[in-house]
This record gives sequence, C-alpha cells and structure tokens, in this order.
Amino acid sequence: MLAFLIRRSLQSIAVLFAMSLIVFAGVYLIGDPVLVMISPEASQADIVATRAALGLDQPLWVQYGRFVGAALSGDLGRSYAYSEPAIRLILERMPATMELAIVAMAIAIVVGIPLGLWAGLRPDSLAGKTIMSGSILGFSLPTFWVGLMLVMLFSVSLDWLPASGRGATVDVWGLKLSILTLDGWKHLLLPALNLALFKLALIIRLVRAGTREALLTDYVRFARAKGLSNGRIVGVHVLKNILIPIVTVVGLEFGSVIAFSIVTESIFAWPGMGKLIIDSIGVLDRPVIVAYLLVVVTVFIVVNLLVDIAYSVLDPRVRLSDAGTQA
Amino acid sequence: MSVDSTPLDGPVAASPRADFVADFASSKTAVFGAVLLLAFVVVALLAPWLVPQDPYDLAKLDILDARLPPGSPSGDGAMHYLLGTDSQGRDMLSAIAYGLRISVAIGVLSTLCAALIGITLGLVAGYAGGRIESLIMRIADMQLSFPSILIALILLAFLRPGLGNIVAALIAVQWAYYARTVRGTALVERRKEYIEAARGLGLSTARIVFRHLLPNCLPPLVVVATLQIASAIALEATLSFLGLGVPITEPSLGLLIANGFQVLFAGKYWISVYPGIALVLLIVALNLVADRLRDLLDPKLRSR
Repeated sequence: MLAFLIRRSLQSIAVLFAMSLIVFAGVYLIGDPVLVMISPEASQADIVATRAALGLDQPLWVQYGRFVGAALSGDLGRSYAYSEPAIRLILERMPATMELAIVAMAIAIVVGIPLGLWAGLRPDSLAGKTIMSGSILGFSLPTFWVGLMLVMLFSVSLDWLPASGRGATVDVWGLKLSILTLDGWKHLLLPALNLALFKLALIIRLVRAGTREALLTDYVRFARAKGLSNGRIVGVHVLKNILIPIVTVVGLEFGSVIAFSIVTESIFAWPGMGKLIIDSIGVLDRPVIVAYLLVVVTVFIVVNLLVDIAYSVLDPRVRLSDAGTQA
Repeated sequence: MSVDSTPLDGPVAASPRADFVADFASSKTAVFGAVLLLAFVVVALLAPWLVPQDPYDLAKLDILDARLPPGSPSGDGAMHYLLGTDSQGRDMLSAIAYGLRISVAIGVLSTLCAALIGITLGLVAGYAGGRIESLIMRIADMQLSFPSILIALILLAFLRPGLGNIVAALIAVQWAYYARTVRGTALVERRKEYIEAARGLGLSTARIVFRHLLPNCLPPLVVVATLQIASAIALEATLSFLGLGVPITEPSLGLLIANGFQVLFAGKYWISVYPGIALVLLIVALNLVADRLRDLLDPKLRSR
C-alpha cells in the first residue's frame, strides 16, 4: 500500500510537470496579452514598459523557469484582469464548482441506480424500455442544449426557478455552501440537473447491464433456491456486486463533470471556476488559464488515486500494485 | 467495404450487400434515423438552392424585420418567415440551413482527418508492436483520460477561434479513439493465417498493412466514425456556443443557438430553439444509425 502510494505520487508529479510545460508553452504561443490589457491610446513605450514589468520580454525558458520557481512556493502568478493571485481566484471559486459537481453526481446516483435496477429486472416492460430510450436521449443531447431547455421551461415559461446566479449561501468553516438554504437549492437545482443528465444516462446503462449479468450468476440462483425474498436478493446480492463498476465510473467521471461544469456554469451564470476560465480565455488572462488547468489536472490525479484505493477496498481481488498498470 | 470480411460473420451470403441493407432496414428506428440523416445531408449540400434567402448577403436583410415571430410576412411582402427572424432581420430557416452546412462540414471533415491519422497510427502500433506501439498508445491513453471538451478548450485557448482551428482541435480530440480501436482489431488480425500467407508471399509491409490488414479492421471503425461525427458536431456546437468555436461570419448551429440565448429571456424563443431542434435531430439521427451499425457489424455484441 505504502509503496503503491509513493509510486503513484511520483507518477503524479511527473504528469503535473509535463502538463505544466505543455500548458505553459501553449499559452506562450497565444496572442500578446499586453495588447488586450492596456488602453488603445497607450504609446509604444507604455506597451514595452508593461511587457517588461510582467516579464513577458524574456525568452520562453526564462519565463518557464521563473514560473516553476514561483509555482513551487504556491504562487502561480497574478491575474492580469483582476490583479489578484491567480491561484486565489481559482480557489475562491472552487467550492461553488465542487458543490455543483457533487450535487450533480449525487442526483445521477440516487436517480440512476433505481432506474437502472428497474430496467435490468424488467427489461421487456414498458417502463424498462422507456428508461432505456430516455438514457439514449441523455447520451445524445448536448449539455448546453439541455441547459437552455431547462432555462426556457422552468425559468422563462413556468417561472418556478431562477435562471442564474448562486443565491444565498451559508458559511461553514469558511466554505460558502448553497445546499443549506432554500434559496440556495432553488438556484442549484437546475444547473445540477443539467450537469447530472449525461452521467445519469451512463449510470442507468451500467446498472442495467450489471443487474442483467448478476441475475444469471450462480450465487443469485442459489439465493433464490434458498427462498430468499426478492427484495433481499436484489438489495443485497445483486446491488453489492454492481457497486464495484459504479464506484469506478463515478470516480472517473467526476473529473469530466468538473470539465463539463464549464458549459453549465456559463449558461446559469454560476460563479465557479468554469465561468472564470471562459472569461479568462476571452481576455487572454494567461496566469489564470495556466492555474486553472494545473488545478484541474491535480483534481483529476487525486480523484483517480482515490478511485484506485476505493476499488481495492470494495473488491478484495484487486491488488493495488497492479492497479496502476491495469487502469 | 463489404461486411462478409468480418471473421465471425458465419456463412457468406449470396449478396452480402443486399443482405446488409435488409438487416439494417429490419429496425424501424434505424430506418427513421437514416432517412432523417439523408434529409439533413441533402439540405446541407443544397442549402443555397433550397432556402428563400441568402442569410449572409447583408443587402437582402431588412433590419425592420428583426425578431419577427415564426410565420410573419416580410416587410416588403415578398416572403413569409416560416421560423421567424433573428436580431438582424435574417430568415431563421435560411440561417439554419446554412448553419447545418457548416456544422456538417466541420463534423465530417474533422472526423475524416482524425480517422486518417488515428487509423494510420493505430495500424502502425498494432502491426509494428514494441516501442513504437507503447509510445503511440501511451499518448492515446493519456489523452483519453481527459474529457474531450477540456482538451478542445485548451487547444482553442491557444489557437484562438476560427474555422481551421476548430477543425484542428476536433481532430486532436478524436484521433485517439480510432488509434485504439484499430490497434485492438489489428492485434487480433495480425496473428491470422492470411497475414501469415501474405508475409510468406514476400509482400511489402505497406502492402500487407493497407491492403490486407486494414480492410479487415474496417467494420468496427465504421461504427466509431459514425458516433464520432455525432460527437464532433455536438462538441463543435458546444464550443461555438461558448464563443470559442466558429467565427461570427460563418455561424454553425451552435453559434446560432448562442445568438438567440440572450433574447430567450424576453420570450423570443425561436432564435435559439429552432437551430437547437435541428442540431438535436441531426445528432439523434447519427446515433440511431450508429447503434444499428454496431448491432450489425460488431461480432462481439451480436451474440448477446
């Protein structure tokens, strides 16, 4: 276990380092941020002075060296647009994104598992077929389009829920949370639903396939022969065994939920990191773009590690030393 | 390509192509998808001759006709705006047909290029093995572990919006799917006797790979390509919606939807909704066709 953790941490650092180099070189290639930041009337001398003040007149490798040096002490540069440390901007908005992503994932799990079980236990019933057709739609509809439809239906036509912003939040140990107030939930529900839909479709399909497979296994037949109730067979024997792939997928998909929150946050004006990165790309705010990508990659790495550990806890057959190469 | 080259296909039918069409048509939803898809392709190809107005000829637009609801007559009484007009007085029906053209063109072009690159690299990896294989597949796996929208977003942040750049970003996002699929198939096929025989005949590696190995790897690739066109079109629409995709002078369906988003709150739904419906139907049609093709072409799924 310890050897596994050390090896994975070293791998993670290597990946982060590679990503930082790619991202930094890429961002370096995009247009001149000084031209966006400075007023159009500024003289050539002003532009040169600003460029020098930001260190943008140095060659790429010097800039990267400075960046890494500062990054190791927790400084990822100052945002050009906000004149604040980029990492602080990101971390300020991270709880909003995390809350949205976690609630979306929770919706997908809480709704998806029962629907998937139903479709798996009664594949030929009308309900089962409807659930499966619905999940195909959930897969093929673009997230942003579903978001628009939710806004149109629940905010514009029915006027039930607000279409933008985060609503009232409550401070819990310095974290602002929406899930503790009614107003917060009203603002959270539509974006979370929007973000959940794709994962919901995925979980339904996984659970259905897992259920159908489990129903044919010997241990389920044996449980039936023992005369166990249907509820116990499904609730204990079937569910326990489909939980393993579910945990893996939920973990791995969490990163993609964070990535797709960029779209949802833009539609619902949710004040998270996704909205920040879109705004930052618009004004070429290099430090924020780089910081965002590094933070997201770090989240990915941490989530993958947690999934591997959870996997080994749930399934004793898996040994962690193999997990890194097999995944 | 022909289907009878799939190894697990059973006895070869008299006319495999006719058989395949009949098999395909036995699913009504698949036929519906195929017909819908065909209609979209026809509209996309013939848009300039089918629509009532050239939506990007500014001389033909009348700002007084801006944001008219569906079915309104134009100010000069020459035509009716069946699907309404946008904020510049542009006929939405015409704009949608032109937008479809751009969406389909980007989707197909990026998929073809990505397929070409991915298939070549996958075949090389699958046939050559060794260090080349592990290098190519490492890169593919690493890329596939990140969501495609994130990769496309990073690339477009560097490249800036533009028609060529969005195609490039979509190619970069997609190639790995082909590489992985074709490598998997190539690994199985390369051990088969016909490859052995071709090698025994002293054929060149290039000839073996492209004339013998590739045709037998095609069936799963057709499925992947159909699905990838759908996801490329959806991704392009998403990026354009976010303002990182096509330029305003060449609006795809995604950009049309974005243009209508601001007035959606004022109840002017048609500027966003109709292009959206076109986009969704296009993606669903592609998925229905791909689903059926997978049932027919993927031997692993057939037994289920």
